[in-house]
Formats: sequence, C-alpha cells, structure tokens
Amino acid sequence: MLGYLVRRLALAVVTIIAISILSFIIIQLPPGDFVTTYIATMSAGGATVSEAEVEALREQYGLNQPMIVQYLKWASQMLRGNFGMAMEWNRPVKDVIGDRLALTVVVSLAAVIFTWAVALPIGIYSAVKRYSIGDYIFTFIGFIGLAIPGFMLALIVMYVGFRYFNANIGGLFSPDLADAPWSWAKFKDMLAHLPIPAVVLGLSGTAQLIRIMRSNLLDELRKPYVMTARARGLPETRVILKYPVRVALNPFISTIGYLLPYIVSGSIIVSLVLSLPTVGPLLLKALIAQDMFLAGTIILLLGVMTVIGTFISDLLLMWVDPRIRLERR
Amino acid sequence: MVEQEIIEETTTEAEEKISLATAGQLMWWRFRKHKLAMASAVVLILFYLVVIFAPFLAYVDPELSEAQRSLMPPQPIHWFRDGRFEPHVYAVKGARDPKTFKRVYVTDPETIIPLRFFVHGFPYKLFGVIPTDRHLLGVEGAAIEESLFIMGTDLNGRDLFSRLMFATRTSLTIGLLAVAISLFLGVLLGGISGYFSGTADIIIQRVIEILRSLPTIPLWMGLAAALPGSWSVQQVYLAITVIISLLGWTELARVVRGRFLTLREEDFITAAELVGCSRSRIIFRHMVPSFLSHIIAATTLAIPAMIISETSLSFLGLGLRPPAISWGVLLEQAQNIQALAISPWLLTPVVPVILAVLAFNFVGDGLRDAADPYG
Repeated sequence: MLGYLVRRLALAVVTIIAISILSFIIIQLPPGDFVTTYIATMSAGGATVSEAEVEALREQYGLNQPMIVQYLKWASQMLRGNFGMAMEWNRPVKDVIGDRLALTVVVSLAAVIFTWAVALPIGIYSAVKRYSIGDYIFTFIGFIGLAIPGFMLALIVMYVGFRYFNANIGGLFSPDLADAPWSWAKFKDMLAHLPIPAVVLGLSGTAQLIRIMRSNLLDELRKPYVMTARARGLPETRVILKYPVRVALNPFISTIGYLLPYIVSGSIIVSLVLSLPTVGPLLLKALIAQDMFLAGTIILLLGVMTVIGTFISDLLLMWVDPRIRLERR
Repeated sequence: MVEQEIIEETTTEAEEKISLATAGQLMWWRFRKHKLAMASAVVLILFYLVVIFAPFLAYVDPELSEAQRSLMPPQPIHWFRDGRFEPHVYAVKGARDPKTFKRVYVTDPETIIPLRFFVHGFPYKLFGVIPTDRHLLGVEGAAIEESLFIMGTDLNGRDLFSRLMFATRTSLTIGLLAVAISLFLGVLLGGISGYFSGTADIIIQRVIEILRSLPTIPLWMGLAAALPGSWSVQQVYLAITVIISLLGWTELARVVRGRFLTLREEDFITAAELVGCSRSRIIFRHMVPSFLSHIIAATTLAIPAMIISETSLSFLGLGLRPPAISWGVLLEQAQNIQALAISPWLLTPVVPVILAVLAFNFVGDGLRDAADPYG
C-alpha cells in the first residue's frame, strides 16, 4: 500500500515538473524575453517603466543568466505563489486567475460527476441487457457523443437554445449576479447554470466510460462466481450489484486519470463558446496578446490541477480496491 | 442419401475456401460483415474524392469576396420545371432594409437561372498539374458568383459551398499527415519499449503516462500561439501538424508495445531466433507483418482525434490562419451567438466534421475486429 502510494506520488511530482518545463518553454518561445514584452506593453498603455524597475525585473527572474538558472528562479517564484504580473490587466496574475481557476474546478468537477452518474447505470444496463434495443440506442448515442467535439456541441446547444427557447444559455451566472460578491443567491444561481456546461463537457467522456463499463462488466458476468451466486438463489440485482459491478467499477475510477485531462482540456474551448468565466477565455486572450507569462502560468496551474485530481482518484482507487491496498512490495 | 452427399460436398468446399484463403482475404471477408464499417468506408472514399477534386466541385473561387453578398442565406435548388427535369435557381437581389439598415435578400421567382453541369469557371490545376477550368456546376445566362449560393455565403460574401470543398481538402489531409508522424513516433518508441523492455521500456512508459495526464488543448494553444505571425500558410500547416502529432503518438505506441510483448513469446519468433535470424530480420520480416493490421486499425482510430484537434485549434484562431481554409477556420465565423442567430448556415461545416469522425471510428472498429482473422 505504501509502495503504491509512493510510486503514485513520485509520478505526480515528475509530471508536475514536466508540465512546469513545458510551460516555461512556452513562455520562452516568442522572440525577446518577457521583460521586453512587458516594457512594450506597459509603454503602449501609456505607463513608463523606469530603468531601475527593468533591472530589478531582470534580476528577479535572472534573465542575464543561463536558461537552467532562469527556469529554477521562475519555478521557485511559482512555488512561493508569486505568479508575476498580468500585463494586460496590470494586476498580479494571482488576482486575475484566482476566481476563474476555482470556477474551472467547479465546472470540471460537475462534468465528472455527470459523466459518472450517467455512465454507471447505463453501462450496467447495457451489459446486463446486452443486444437489447436500449443497449443499441445507448451505443448509438455514445458514438454520436464521441464524434461531436465539445465545442461543436456547445455551438449547437447555444443555437437550439436561442432558436427554440429564445434564451441565451451561455454563462455561469445571471447577468445581474455576475459581478456580485459571493452569496447564497449567487451560489444557487451558479448551480442552476451548471447543468448545461456539465452535459456538454461530459458527454464524450460519458460515451467512453459507458463502453468501458459495459465491456468490463461483461467480462465479470462470464466468470464462474456469478453462476455460483445465481445457483445459490441470490436475487438477480444482488448477484449483479454486490460483486461483478464492484469489480468492474475499478477501471472506472482509474480512468479518471485520463478523463480529467480530457475534461479540463475541453473546458477551455467550451468555456469560450458558452462564455463561462473560467480560465479558458483568459488563456486565449493572453495567448493572442502574447502575454506568455500569464498564459504559461495558466497552463501550469491547469496541469497541476489535473495531476492533483488524478492523484486523488488514485487514493480513491486504493480505498475501493483491496487488491491495491493489501499489495506489499 | 444423395442430398446428404451434396451437403457434405458444399461444406468441404466452403471449408476448403476458408482454409486456402490468405490472411488478407479472411480480413476482407470479416470486414465486409461489419455493415456499418462498410458504409463508413464508402463515406470515407467519397470524402477523399472531395479532397482530390475539391476545385472541380467548387464552383467559385473560395477567396472571391464581395461585401454586396455578405451573409446570403442558402438558396434552394428547384429540380423540375413544368414537370420536366431542369434544375434551376431563382435570381436573388440584395437590398438594404430602410429601417434597420440590415442587408436583406429577395428572391425573384420571375428570373429563372438554369443550372448546367461540366461548365467553364475559374481556372485551376487538376491534381496540381493539369490546367483546366471545368467545374461540376455552373449556371447559364448569369455570372455564377452572383447567382448560385447552395450553402449561402459568409461574412465577407464568400461562397460557403466552394470554401467547404477546399476546407475538406485541408482538414482531411492534415489528419492523415499528423497521423503519419504520430505513427512513426509510436512505432519507433512503442517498438523499442516492447522489444527491448528493461530500462528503455520503463522510461518510455513513464513518458507516455505523463503525456497522457496532461490537458492537451492548453498546451497545443500555447505552442500554436508561439508560431511567428510572419509564417506562410504552408509553414503554419506543417507546424500545426507536428504540434498535434507530438502529443498524439502515445496511444499508437501503447498498441505497438502490446503487440510486441505478445509476439515475442510466440513460437515462430523463438524458431526464427534459433535459426539465427538477425534482429532486424525478425522485426521486419516476421513481427511487423503479423501486427500490421492491428497498427492500421489503431491508426484509423487515431485520425478522428487529429481532425478534431486541428478543427479546435483553428476554431480558436490559433491553428491554421486565413487564407488557409479548413473546417475549423470556417467555424471560427460561427463563434458567437449573435452570428449564429443571424446566419445559422455558418454552422454547416459541423456536419462534415461529425460525419468524417464517425466514419473513421466505424471503419477503425471494423478493421480492429477484422485485424485478427484467425482469432
């Protein structure tokens, strides 16, 4: 158990380092260092940057030193929670991202919950009632869900909502609450807006998960212990739910490691279409304005978030599966 | 008695046919049974015919813009006239609404414009070499760009149908190219991982695990946004292809590795080793042919993801940039609800994307089932 935990934790740390290197490369990609870009943006906005300030910035990020030193300085700044300044806003990145990152987490989580809540019963149904009409219908819907990228689904949903319900279904808050401070009313408002993004984001993942659940459960149902349980006269629901489903559930949880990056990825682009106040639109804006510092930070934080989510799913797996818990190595 | 003999004879004939069939024939027979995959294969062939004959199918230059024809709605084609087959369209006139100042288009059922086939139009090079100006569709007695709008026009008054033809060409070839690069990486790294195992295997497996746990779209966006704005269309096309395939090879590598691992234990590989075959001969003469079909299936299944990646990036304005035309570039105009509300036909490119992705998935599924004909 400890071995498993340590291995997973080590992998998570390595992944975070890999993401940080990638983010750093992305920040470094445009010509010139970001202090030059920073000065250019500042003076374009009418503000002047003093020579001393420039030197201080260069010193702080070690821009005169080799790449590896620069990376280490940048990384240590990140670790201390100092994410630098967002040029376009002229505010610390932390302030610009804060709320949006939290909302990204909320939207992604809602999508994961939707995915699980739908895929579990349908997967069980499809496996137990194999080749029934319901199975075919769900398989078909699943295929469609797989084929339509989230942002296209979002476009279609937006259009249908506008055309037939005459409502703008984008956004995560009602207009009058969007800028209001957090309150119970705002929270309830958000919950009311969550289902559409959750469904749009979760649909293709749901399709995949249904297929996984179906084939896993089918494998389990063929095993002799199921027949034994039946022969002993256990009621059918108990036969299915008590043992095979629990075993089949296993890969279900472990796939969250792949599901989460997928959903976070999708949320970026779906947020744009549905105008959700997540980090997605911010990232695009930063990239177009070549504010690579903000963009790199967002990419890094999204990656870290995903890794943490995956790690939590690993813990969950350990809790569900005694084979992992009792493993001794 | 006689009947029984006949039955016996036919079964042995059928059995003989199966036992004599080559692996390729067996795969084809099995693939043919998968009806959905067969239908999808036909769809894909049609798609790639569009790729080859895009300029022939387009009836106006996809770049020809005219503000006077901005956002024209799709125009219905009338197939019969007085009970006879004579495809035609009605003339459309643009005007400005005096109250709202919006452009409105009025059809004039009095002026009938007949459709013609295989007519002269804008010049192009068929297959990139043969200069010609023949097009599938044309009209008689009027300028084509002013009279035919099968799918309507975009904001700049460019014909959506003609643009869609060229977009299909870009999007479907970028998918193939990206998959080719991923395949190379996947076979190379998956092969090393599966054949040599040990440290190399562990490192490659960890790299794959890390790559798969990253949210790809933000990374793509970051890399794509860093491409210099001064690059030409071709350079951007290549760069985007490489970016997409750099993160997309992991699944292919996984399949290749799995195949290598199972094959290594097979008797005929051991036999080849004992006979003294060189390592490269074992890999390329014995192992590769026996998992080639699996690789083809996995490759087909990987193409849709590539197409969606390109479409997503271009949709965000970070992938291919105009004047390049791809499905994503076309959809970029349909990004906000205002545009959709006024001109829903801008969503048309969604249809080919979904069709192509579904078709590739079904064909890939069929191929995967057929890949192991002795199983």
